Amino acid sequence: MSDALAPRRPLDLVPLYKAVFLGLVALVVIVPLLATVLGGFKSLGELRTNPFGLPETWEWENYTGILLSQRYWQLLWNSLVIAALTVVLTLIVASMAAFVFAHIHFFGSSMLLSYLTMGLLFPAATAILPLFIKVRDLGLLDSYLGVALPQVAFSLAMSILLLRRFFRDLPHELLEAALVDGCSYIDFFRHVTLPLSRPILATVGTITFVHSWNSYLLPLVMLNSDSMYPWPLGIMIYQGEFSAEWHLILAFITLTILPTFLLFTLAQKHIVAGLTAGAVKG
Amino acid sequence: MSQRSDAIAMRQEAHAPVARARRSTIDTRLATLLLFLPPALMLFTLFVVLPIGEAAWYSGFNWNGFGKPTRWIGLDNYRFVFDSRGFGTAFKNNLLIIVVSLTIQLPLAMALALILAERFRGAVALRMLFFLPYVLAEIATGLIFSFIYDGNYGLLASIYRAFGAEAPHLLASTQTSMLAILIVVVWKYFGFHMMLFIAALQGMDRNLVEAARIDGASRWQVLRHVVIPLLYPTIKLSIFFAVVGSLQLFDLVMPLTRGGPADSSNTMVSFLYNHGVSRMRVGYGSAIGVILFVICVTFAFSYKRWFMRNE
Repeated sequence: MSDALAPRRPLDLVPLYKAVFLGLVALVVIVPLLATVLGGFKSLGELRTNPFGLPETWEWENYTGILLSQRYWQLLWNSLVIAALTVVLTLIVASMAAFVFAHIHFFGSSMLLSYLTMGLLFPAATAILPLFIKVRDLGLLDSYLGVALPQVAFSLAMSILLLRRFFRDLPHELLEAALVDGCSYIDFFRHVTLPLSRPILATVGTITFVHSWNSYLLPLVMLNSDSMYPWPLGIMIYQGEFSAEWHLILAFITLTILPTFLLFTLAQKHIVAGLTAGAVKG
Repeated sequence: MSQRSDAIAMRQEAHAPVARARRSTIDTRLATLLLFLPPALMLFTLFVVLPIGEAAWYSGFNWNGFGKPTRWIGLDNYRFVFDSRGFGTAFKNNLLIIVVSLTIQLPLAMALALILAERFRGAVALRMLFFLPYVLAEIATGLIFSFIYDGNYGLLASIYRAFGAEAPHLLASTQTSMLAILIVVVWKYFGFHMMLFIAALQGMDRNLVEAARIDGASRWQVLRHVVIPLLYPTIKLSIFFAVVGSLQLFDLVMPLTRGGPADSSNTMVSFLYNHGVSRMRVGYGSAIGVILFVICVTFAFSYKRWFMRNE
């Protein structure tokens, strides 16, 4: 009916352009990833002759060989320990500080907060050599903590800002009522603030985890024995050893990004919210 | 009389717990302060602030990191940094990354956001797909692309072969190494900027757009005069992150080129790693760190001051 009434417009091509544009970008994103996953199933020879298609024979041994090696699991374990340490320490230390900044007014509080958020202004790389010497002098070189503690220190600024904003938005009457009833700040923090703040804790935890899981420079500088390496260091060594055997390297890459991929599909809400909201706030 | 004093006593009784609570509140407040703040302050001071100060101190020495720094050479390290051609190239490469981020990545991210902020089937899936590269580790991304660029087995090489041409070794030439890195930078980070724009577009007042459409504005006019001005704050933010990201780019460079060949594709951080950290030239490396620090802080402050005054 509306067709009959409306003046005839020229065919609208805009949706078509949009679809083509989206399709092209999607292709550019997918092809490298898919080629990596599939490449891990090919033989080295087939990689050369059939780079884009499905493998003619699926070489499961590329993957099973890595999955059955102790090396792969050791790398993932190291990454997991470092990331878990970083996340737990960051959440504890940052939420305590954020709680103070959200609820307790004291002389110099805004100055101290600006001091802590200075950490947003420059990357860890700027002071990497003195940091190395500091960690060495503390006797933490080549230990999980030697990587985790600096990572915690550098993630504090953003975490405190995000947590503080959330804590402040919790209903203030809760705190007043609790204080009148003789509840201490610390009890309130443990029994009211933290349970109510699960969403933001999950968000901060997820960002910290992803950053730590992917981090390369700090472990590269702080660790020097293979048995301690997290996966980004391990995979660089692996690539050095198997330099031309791309089918093995591709399988290895696929298996190391698999956990990130799984985490992303499971916690995409937190990851997107955290990485962008954190950014907006920063 | 006694009745009245009773009443007063009762009232005092009633107030006593409040006063007691208030007094103890102040006590627990102080206790909380002393318990909750120091861990953060100590960690931050020890691992973030002190090292920056020490970098400034070490940068005056010729020191390999063992024993105590003794050979004071004043500002010589800074002179060595500024005199080296490699650092100049690294600085230019950082600028190049910023230019490409602003001229290619930002418009791309904004265009995608304008389409994907609408509700339609598959929009959310596409958003996630485009955001995925941002979540992948830089190391993994770099390795994937070093495969793609590989002159023998790479995807690029097979495309060239299909046309009967000799495949270029992009990463092995000083002419093309930086181009190869720039492509990966856009591939990896456009999704992040797209998400920033999508978040902004979804928070935008749809009525303004509707009103402009009803007033007869064309799609292009609405975009040009309504939507993009409303996106200015996000554009500024996106530029800010592009610059900050460029200044700390390192992980992506290592698996692709390690800054080579012949220092052609270093960023300032990878230059710092290659010439300071891996050779344990603490003074020299610290000088580069201090320069980087000054650039970052100057940029952050002046950018906030000039462009983000209202936010």
